[in-house]
Amino acid sequence: MLAVMSFSDFASFFQHDFIWFALIVGVLIALCSSLLGVTLVLKRFSFIGDGLSHVAFGAMAVATVAGLTNEMYIVLPVTIVAAILLLHTGRRSKKLNGDASLALISVSALALGYLIYNFSGSSNLTGDVCATLFGSTAILSLTQADLWLCIGLSVLVIALFLVFYNKIFAITFDETFSKATGVKTELYSLLIAVVIALVIVLAMNLVGSLLISALVIFPALCAMRLFRSFKSVILCSAIVSVCCAVSGILLSIWLATPVGSTVVAVDLVAFIGFTLAGFLKNKRNFAKKQHTVNV
Amino acid sequence: MELITCRDLSLGYEGHPVAEHISFTVNEGDYLCIVGENGSGKSTLVKTLLGLQSPLSGELVKGKNATGIGYLPQQTPVQRDFPATVEEIVLSGFLAKMGMRPFYSKSEKKLAAEKMERLGVLQFAKRCYRELSGGQQQRVLLTRAICATENLLLLDEPVAGLDPKVTAEMYELIKELNQEDKITILMVSHDIHAVLSYATHILHVLHGSAFFGTTEEYLQSETGAQFTGGAAC
Repeated sequence: MLAVMSFSDFASFFQHDFIWFALIVGVLIALCSSLLGVTLVLKRFSFIGDGLSHVAFGAMAVATVAGLTNEMYIVLPVTIVAAILLLHTGRRSKKLNGDASLALISVSALALGYLIYNFSGSSNLTGDVCATLFGSTAILSLTQADLWLCIGLSVLVIALFLVFYNKIFAITFDETFSKATGVKTELYSLLIAVVIALVIVLAMNLVGSLLISALVIFPALCAMRLFRSFKSVILCSAIVSVCCAVSGILLSIWLATPVGSTVVAVDLVAFIGFTLAGFLKNKRNFAKKQHTVNV
Repeated sequence: MELITCRDLSLGYEGHPVAEHISFTVNEGDYLCIVGENGSGKSTLVKTLLGLQSPLSGELVKGKNATGIGYLPQQTPVQRDFPATVEEIVLSGFLAKMGMRPFYSKSEKKLAAEKMERLGVLQFAKRCYRELSGGQQQRVLLTRAICATENLLLLDEPVAGLDPKVTAEMYELIKELNQEDKITILMVSHDIHAVLSYATHILHVLHGSAFFGTTEEYLQSETGAQFTGGAAC
């Protein structure tokens, strides 16, 4: 049963800081993940987000068992190293193809992570694991320090993206050409790998490690249904992502549902909407073309 | 003036040579075609010329005018459904020259428009790349390549998948760039008839050896006679 609250109860929530913290963090994470998402989807790396988030889950388990007060010290470096291996170094190795190595790393990290969690001696093992996998209510209980860390990292990601926007475009569209003409593609793909790891770790707060891929791919896929230039796809994807995150968070409070899965569900609805819109647009363009041909 | 000089190059992967004993020289204004059977090492040679791969042995010297090579690659599946406008793609040709500067300058945008005009794609500037025809897409990529260079173009099978009419137009365009704009052309091609009628020099890559010379010399040679099947007669 959904415990739907009255509007006045709902409105009263906005007097609390934690709602605003959650919304700010949600918007920033959504923005970062959607910017990078376009590149990942276009380069056929949609599953990288999934693989990396499982690695982050494994690292989180280690951090929990080690009893660290701030898990970031382990999770962030481990995820960055995994991202560099997968996106940067791994692609050159011919011994194991990208698909298989990704699946391998992904499931190993998941399995080992859960194994390690069992040594934590926690009385609420299932709860801990579930929270890490599907996102917890952690986003509604952020401290000021969490908030600043998240703002800092997001601003860094967005700034890097803006400064290297044209380079990211060129490398996504045609890495060989860029490299041949003398662009330092190695450096930029390394940078992209690091930024993706940052985004994954940030997003774990919001939706948990199983659902991160959704934040990365849905907005990009939505935007590509309707738009035809790289710039408009990026802009649309950012807007869609932010709108879905905000409405998802608000809905989850109103309906008392888990934050992560609500946000992803809203993303899915948006995707279906955009697909329909794209279909209608194509049909109209086709009709227009037919019309001009007939005339 | 010499742009590229190769002496006794051996090419290959991880110590296994694919092609050996390749020697040739490219001078400014040349139109060199690289021919050879599938698997003979043409693509490896292209990668080596672009600096994406280092030769196993031998010497590859690039003149000071050959630092930036404009490259027309074969299309990848990623590009066929990539959301990007023609303008965005053409402008990306300037990136290598920009260093750390993040955005395009006004003069680069103007230059891009001139090059688009020159190659007849200015009318598509705001259109989506994937909605263009194959020939138009090749023109866009060629425009990007001449934004990246003033003097040397490397074309990897530029007419693959194009219909005969568009193929002929593409060859004429490349010829114009060579003769009027004085751009040196290196072209990998399977189309031996086009090679014979447009190229000034031919490099025929074979397993274990290679032929290099002018088009006339090629026709007189044993390799040429075999490969062309007496096309010149």
